[in-house]
Amino acid sequence: MISGIIGRKVGMTQIFAEDGTVTPVTVIKAGPCVVVQTKSAAGKDGYNAVQLGLVEDKPIKLKNVTKPMRGHFEKTGAGMPPTRVLKEIRLVGEPEAEIGDQIKVDLFADGDKIEVIGKSKGRGFAGTIKRHNFSRGPMSHGSMNIREPGSIGQSAYPSRVIKGTKSSGHMGDERVTVRGLTIARVDAENNLLLVKGAVPGANGSLVIVKKSSRQ
Amino acid sequence: MNKLDSIEQQQIKENIPNFQAGDTVKVHVRIKEGNKERLQVFEGVVIARKHGGVRETVTVRKISFGVGVERIFPIHATIIDHIDVIRRGRVRRAKLYYLRDLRGKAARIKERDFRNKKAKT
Repeated sequence: MISGIIGRKVGMTQIFAEDGTVTPVTVIKAGPCVVVQTKSAAGKDGYNAVQLGLVEDKPIKLKNVTKPMRGHFEKTGAGMPPTRVLKEIRLVGEPEAEIGDQIKVDLFADGDKIEVIGKSKGRGFAGTIKRHNFSRGPMSHGSMNIREPGSIGQSAYPSRVIKGTKSSGHMGDERVTVRGLTIARVDAENNLLLVKGAVPGANGSLVIVKKSSRQ
Repeated sequence: MNKLDSIEQQQIKENIPNFQAGDTVKVHVRIKEGNKERLQVFEGVVIARKHGGVRETVTVRKISFGVGVERIFPIHATIIDHIDVIRRGRVRRAKLYYLRDLRGKAARIKERDFRNKKAKT
């Protein structure tokens, strides 16, 4: 049983329930996905997984597909058009899916617990206040440490900075998994998932929606 | 944004009259008490309309027993039964937050004059 699907984040909106409550939701255009390759623990790969390709409204032009990729898709033997995005979904058991199978949002139902993997928005080189929630110094009375990190260690001993000390540096643009999200609504007709709450990444960025591993 | 619009379109209400900041409106809110449902009316001056699409909200201000009360309603929420426009006001800005600092006679809003406009149409 395949437990995940590839999608793109569309944006956030609200849905109103009959009892008057408002739910903030993220709209994800997920799938349809196609199985490009299957991997099994018994075979040469040594682990169970399926490789999914995201079928988009505007498919990639054949001239833009690299030769190795073209070969990879020809190997499926199904005359499958190449896709821009390929992602692997790890499985617990042997993959039951065949190459060429379609995965759609009807995999999920309303109220399912899911986890969403995305790439967070990049913040560039960020200071300690933004990156590690440090507090700021006083703004006035001649203060000269308004956004400084403060002390980063002692002098005579250890006389060096301990590895892993929180410091300024690059923030964001990294893989983030959010667990414990809920599906608010499934729109199978338009391949849309409405997920309660926020999802990492900018609008239009790739996300992987998986069934929750904890039940 | 077009993709979001199609989702929001399904929830947008049709029975919202045209009104803007400065107008006096009656907002009829559905209230559930036990098993019974009744309508509660909140009447006041619209001091702001915010956001777009299905997320649009309206801020209504009234003076209740000498105390200023403001409520923010999501226009397309299911608890809003309907909105009546009582009076059209003539104001020169979209957000009337300055009304919070005024009281009594100073906080009045002139009625919009439609006499010339009606003749044209």
